[in-house]
Amino acid sequence: MSMRVQHQRRARLVLGGLVALLLGAVGASLALGAVTITPGQVLAILGEQVGLALPWAYETRQELVLTVIRLPRVLLAISVGGGLAVSGAVMQGLFRNPLADPGLIGVSSGASLAAVVTIVLGSTVLGAWSDTLGAFLLPAAAFAGGVVATLVVYRLATRNGQTSVTTMLLAGIAINALAGAGTGLMIFIADDDQLRDLTFWTLGSLGGATWTQLAVVGPCLLGGMLAAPLLARPLNALLLGESEARHLGIRTERVKRLVVLLAAGVVGAAVAVSGIIGFVGLVVPHLLRLAVGPDHRVLIPGSAILGSTLLLGADLLARTIVAPAELPIGIVTALVGAPFFLWLLLRDRQRGVGYSF
Amino acid sequence: MMRSAALLLASCLLAFAAHAQPTADTSRIVTLGGSVTEIVYALGAGSHVVGVDASSLYPEAATEKPSVGYFRRLPAEGVLSLDPSLVLALEGTGPPTVLDQLRSAGVRTELIENEPTVEGTTRKIRRIAGLLGREAQADSLIQEMEAALAEARSLRQRATSSPRVLFIYARGSGTMNVAGTGTSAEAMIELAGAKNAVSGFEGFKPMSAEAVASAEPEVILMLTRGLESIGGVDGLLEQPGITLTPAGENQRIVAMDDLLLLGFGPRLGTAVKQLTEKLHPELDPASSSASRQ
Repeated sequence: MSMRVQHQRRARLVLGGLVALLLGAVGASLALGAVTITPGQVLAILGEQVGLALPWAYETRQELVLTVIRLPRVLLAISVGGGLAVSGAVMQGLFRNPLADPGLIGVSSGASLAAVVTIVLGSTVLGAWSDTLGAFLLPAAAFAGGVVATLVVYRLATRNGQTSVTTMLLAGIAINALAGAGTGLMIFIADDDQLRDLTFWTLGSLGGATWTQLAVVGPCLLGGMLAAPLLARPLNALLLGESEARHLGIRTERVKRLVVLLAAGVVGAAVAVSGIIGFVGLVVPHLLRLAVGPDHRVLIPGSAILGSTLLLGADLLARTIVAPAELPIGIVTALVGAPFFLWLLLRDRQRGVGYSF
Repeated sequence: MMRSAALLLASCLLAFAAHAQPTADTSRIVTLGGSVTEIVYALGAGSHVVGVDASSLYPEAATEKPSVGYFRRLPAEGVLSLDPSLVLALEGTGPPTVLDQLRSAGVRTELIENEPTVEGTTRKIRRIAGLLGREAQADSLIQEMEAALAEARSLRQRATSSPRVLFIYARGSGTMNVAGTGTSAEAMIELAGAKNAVSGFEGFKPMSAEAVASAEPEVILMLTRGLESIGGVDGLLEQPGITLTPAGENQRIVAMDDLLLLGFGPRLGTAVKQLTEKLHPELDPASSSASRQ
């Protein structure tokens, strides 16, 4: 009993700390950037929006930068980062494997293929319309591609109402390879500009964030994040094994379906607006598992908060270190994420414990 | 005498007519796209440039300006941080949402059409000059360009050969593409009185050794940086298929600067002249007798 209380206290402490970190990251992201806006001016501009007059003076251009560029970008980073991390957490729970990430079931590669097809063939098929439609077409295609690929994987692994997690994994590998071949074909027929466009797309960016975009994908991402905690108890039961979970009264098939749907919707939406951003979905749940243990009731909300914070931090780096230019955010997350991941692996091997769930 | 007076009158009228177009606030300009930057400098407005993109490599002075990175992936806030009054962007600059953001932040943002022809280049220069209110400079710039083009034309008329030229675009030996029809490289090859050795496809395609050999190019044309990236002429000759071509056999490899050859900017005339000389060695009596064994 006291052990449990201790656990809960620790979890509350960690979550509290994460919220504080997130608030700090939001503050820093709003106040820092290529255009100088002091914290006081940030407050004054934000106050002005809700009809509050604050004593700090600012220029119109600063107001526009904050409200048109920075604010939607910060909100997008929060929803994409949180969404990716939560999807990673539920996927790792379902597969009972710390290496699982949403890419495993085809979301990312399906979205990539659709995006690349749009970049390469869009202007030929649509002609002059592609520029006008382009801003909406690419995200819509990427989202659809991600969801379709995932559903195909899910269908392949389901027989007589039973979904085999192992088959899903293998089907995911096959679909990823197929989508990769399609992407390769598009690369072959792409011209030089398109080639560069799609290279940059696969490196991810939050640079195109607009309020319209946020209004379209925000509900998808936030909805997924808010729904995920409902899966916490069933996923906890699944950790014991599938048949054990069934004996505990968990409807395992339904859980699988929900996890796959959630990952497809959330990651599809995230990829649609920001391209491929690696490592957030993989590393964030890990980090938390080390800090608070495998309980999904803490793991899922914690992943949402830490994922948001990490992506905000990565985006802040991406847009400030080479200002006035900008690094693709995928470079930053992988550059920080990959060595960290290796360190985790090696450290655990030295301890001789391996991964425990 | 009469003619020059008429010319003067005409150019005055032209300048006047062009002045009717709204010129922009040119105090702080961000130029995106190598040839746009080059034109702005050639028109004498370089001192107003406060930022460029990664492809703006000429003139030297432009490379010292802050760079906002690759022009198809603009950072909106990065551009705004330079506090520009005017953004001149080559066609293809993007993403479109960022251009919209710049406009909604009150920055005049103009897209400059890019067409790889002589007429397209003239239009490009006139358009930028109109926006900068520098029509007179544009006239002399275009005259210079046309004089160089005329020299190239007379060279071409004296040329007795029309070699088959293969343009290879390389970024390291893993990525070698050849230029098909409709490319800016083909346009330059034809302006210099030669033929593109490849005609089966549009745009750039990865090169296969057999395809290169069967194209039988007499000259291989490359970008200076591209040739360097595969280890110079020696590196190129080691690529599969190259030694099987007449160009490889006779080591007729021509390399030219990226922006000069493919930029279609104010140096177009010079570029065509240089390329014509390099593709037709018979125009230079000393070298032609030396190369023939």
